[in-house]
Amino acid sequence: MSSTETPTEDEVVAEPDEAREALLASIQTELGDAVVGTHLVPGDDLWVRVTRDAWVAAGEYLHTGLGFQYFNFLSAIDWKPSPFGRDMDAQVDVSLAAAADPQADTDPADADDGMEQGVAGGETRFQVFARVNDIVNGLGVTLKADLPDEDLVIDSWVPVYAGANWHEREAWEMYGISFNGHPGLRHIYLPSDFEGNPLRKDYPLLSRRMKPWPGIVDVEQMPGDDDPADAAETTEAAE
Amino acid sequence: MTAISDRDQLSYIAAQAADARVNVELETEGMTLNIGPQHPATHGTLRIVAKLDGEQVIAADPIMGYMHRGYEKLAEVRTYPQVTTLINRIDWVGSFANEVPFVLAAEKLMEVEAPPRAAWIRTILFEMSRIANISLFLGDMGLQVGAVTPAFFAFRDREHVLNQIEAATGGRFHPNFDRIGGLKDDLPAGWITETKRAMKKMRNFCDEIEGLLQGNEIFEARCRGIGVIPADVGLSYGLSGANIRASGVDWDTRRDNPCGLVHNELDWKVWTHPDGDSFARFWVRLQEVRESTKMVDQLCDGLPSGPVMAKVPRIIKVPAGEAYVETENPLGVMGYYVVSKGDLTPYRVKIRSASFNNISITPWLLKGVYVPDIVTILGSLYFILGDIDR
Repeated sequence: MSSTETPTEDEVVAEPDEAREALLASIQTELGDAVVGTHLVPGDDLWVRVTRDAWVAAGEYLHTGLGFQYFNFLSAIDWKPSPFGRDMDAQVDVSLAAAADPQADTDPADADDGMEQGVAGGETRFQVFARVNDIVNGLGVTLKADLPDEDLVIDSWVPVYAGANWHEREAWEMYGISFNGHPGLRHIYLPSDFEGNPLRKDYPLLSRRMKPWPGIVDVEQMPGDDDPADAAETTEAAE
Repeated sequence: MTAISDRDQLSYIAAQAADARVNVELETEGMTLNIGPQHPATHGTLRIVAKLDGEQVIAADPIMGYMHRGYEKLAEVRTYPQVTTLINRIDWVGSFANEVPFVLAAEKLMEVEAPPRAAWIRTILFEMSRIANISLFLGDMGLQVGAVTPAFFAFRDREHVLNQIEAATGGRFHPNFDRIGGLKDDLPAGWITETKRAMKKMRNFCDEIEGLLQGNEIFEARCRGIGVIPADVGLSYGLSGANIRASGVDWDTRRDNPCGLVHNELDWKVWTHPDGDSFARFWVRLQEVRESTKMVDQLCDGLPSGPVMAKVPRIIKVPAGEAYVETENPLGVMGYYVVSKGDLTPYRVKIRSASFNNISITPWLLKGVYVPDIVTILGSLYFILGDIDR
């Protein structure tokens, strides 16, 4: 099941992570320029970002070439911060709210509309990511691929990993991402006449609009507690 | 002369062939059978639309979403400590185990490590929720084939474990006991001895179930050779837990990738079965409960002293980053892919639940089986609807 270039099992403790480095090197040689971003945490995890065109090729190479036969999951991320604020209960646009009430938002990174992609980088708003495992050597890889806003389509993984079927239906429903060659993109959780893509950040959480989260309303400022965030740095755990 | 006899012969053959067709493949009209959403075999509301040809299933389409609660969206507007309240309800029979991978993922991003005592107590409660969860399965499996007694035994004996979980955490079903950095509280006095007594009772329960079901002619006939999953198919569908180990795959996250829990300090065994059928899945789970009771005994004996909570800020802000942590939960591998932007709330939480992957094999697996076997196959795959719909 495993290929010859995957080294022994004690990579978890090895400080320069030889197993994952060898794995990354073989992915890079096989896919060449299609690998556009990588992130390796020694002894822990590996992320590889590939181009959209190489998505299926990367999956096939991992599955048949490297012995990553275990399909873990597939999903997507919307990197554009929500226009409704962190708690999704803003009635107005977040940039205006931040100007009016500086305390409304603890993190200024939320307020500006610049996107900040996570590990292994990214250029676009939507990113598909999937994880596969090599259960013999105990390795896992998270693959990522960027999707341009105007064309939210990527090739389906179903021919490579049969289990991707439902995960792609979920990503299609929740993010509006189409999968080329999928045997039947139908709603999986939501009613078949549902409109919108709920996990997109610009999809409002309507219950918050109608009734603000009680946790926010109830918090009273303690006397002498100017900034709760500052207090957090110094206070130890109560328990 | 020859021409006539040829024609006679031809018509004779045609008549025979027509008869044979009627006899061999009775022309039956296709029928659509709707199973569920309310059915005892489904542990919640799963609906299966099966297209039948006679007694045989030619296509099965599971329909879910009756319990979709949108936890991935809701987690984006909850602070990290609040999220554990939600994810308790994913697999409601083994709730404590749901909290563990999320808390571990948050701890990984914060670079906090729970003190040893907390890690050990976590592992105890983790294994106890497995015992509570799978003992329900063991009784339920009998119910699927028409034996009611094992179900009563299961509900009776599961209570011993639930009482102990309640004594330690305050919650029978939804403990919400895990905190980022440790646990809410230490164990109450006398808990250890009482737990060991409960584990002994659970071992007796396993023997009882084994005596009732294993070797029973009806049970064996209904389970042996039914719903066989080859290992490579199981892997490509992402099956996990006892479902994949029953197909001969020797893989257990507790042993192979212990992240934050202390299973590697214990003496235990990963059970596999080569057959991959419904019986194998039942058998592997039965051994797992026994193994878990032994683990809890060892954990109780070796419990280190010390605090149960690491030093963490009162208001938890998780540094920016991405982490994926998975653990071997009662139903299979459960993982959380947490994306943080250095805020009070997670930016994105992808919940990889075991049952969603486990049940995604059903369209493939149910093709060609007979109607009564649907129930045993679904029962042996063992899923909790909350774990599918999230």
